[in-house]
Amino acid sequence: MAELEVEIVAADHFVWSGAAELVKARTSDGEIGVMPGHSPVLAVLAAGELAIVPSNGERFTVQADGGFFSVDHDRVVIVADNAQLDDAVAVGNR
Amino acid sequence: MGAQIRVYRQKIASTSSMGKIFKAMELIATSRIGKARSRVSASMPYARAITRAVSAVASQSEVEHPLTTEPEQVRRSAVLVMTSDRGLAGAYSVSAIKQAESLIELLHGEGKEISTYIVGRKAQAYFDFRNRDYARVWTGDTDAPKFETAQEIGEALLEAFNTPYEEGGVEEIHVVFTQFKSMVLQEPTVIRLLPLEVVEEEVQRESDLLPLYEYEPEPEQVLDALLPRYIESRIFAAMLQAAASELAARQRAMKAAGDNANELIKKYTRLRNNARQAEITQELSEIVAGADALSA
Repeated sequence: MAELEVEIVAADHFVWSGAAELVKARTSDGEIGVMPGHSPVLAVLAAGELAIVPSNGERFTVQADGGFFSVDHDRVVIVADNAQLDDAVAVGNR
Repeated sequence: MGAQIRVYRQKIASTSSMGKIFKAMELIATSRIGKARSRVSASMPYARAITRAVSAVASQSEVEHPLTTEPEQVRRSAVLVMTSDRGLAGAYSVSAIKQAESLIELLHGEGKEISTYIVGRKAQAYFDFRNRDYARVWTGDTDAPKFETAQEIGEALLEAFNTPYEEGGVEEIHVVFTQFKSMVLQEPTVIRLLPLEVVEEEVQRESDLLPLYEYEPEPEQVLDALLPRYIESRIFAAMLQAAASELAARQRAMKAAGDNANELIKKYTRLRNNARQAEITQELSEIVAGADALSA
């Protein structure tokens, strides 16, 4: 199955990147879930929680405050002013 | 002891204590450059992602956005000058200011008014000394810029940009900063921040082609949200480059100063030895002459 290639960046540092099956984000209109094969989207990100289900590993969340994200060709780029991994779960996936 | 020797001794002492300061500043700058450079590269992914997104929206959708439309006539320009807070960095601040001055002259020549925005105490001192006005100034962290400062600058510039000309607003924004090319080469650079220049180019590879995005909510809102971030990220990137350049310039200047101090110490030491020897010779000849006079 195709995978999503996810990249999360904050203004002054890199947060996380890796393969994922599902990305859930909050846009200014509501929630959006992205799975492989999604059509290209460019959306404004609202402050709140992002949920990511990596291909190998546990689902984890990221706190982000504002920004935008883009989806094209199974590549998800989340650009936040500031973003923080919620806990140490993702450290092993780096 | 002869007066000459004392003078040289004082000079040697003061030069060597200055030499110590130069050495220390050189070491500090050297140790900070690495960090400054890694911050430059850490900010790259964000800048890349945001540039790609902005170019996608700006080039695909037929959005009329004030930030991307070229005004028919520019009557007032904003110039943001980035210099350092502290001196002892060779020609770093001076060359940035020079670059800004030639830009200002050019814009004046085109009949535009200028409103200046300043980063760094050196440029502030330069403008204060010449009694010239500036719109705003930010000082305090030029060698380790914070993203919050970039945000503040971005907000201030955008606000000026969104104000109509009649109320003191500006119609284009230029940034003068020093680009970090390598450890030995830093170049004062001018970029035009706003309005954005949309460059059309042929696509080289299939993957370069930007996909046709869906926008959420509307393209206008997306652009509204994107552009301030884009501006901030450009400003922040420029500040980081400037910081790395400042440190590199300081390191080089301090290395040269330290070397010169060592040269001076060598020279004064020779002169001091010379003076001491001359004194001894004189004393000897006086004694000999005195003895001769007695025995005669």
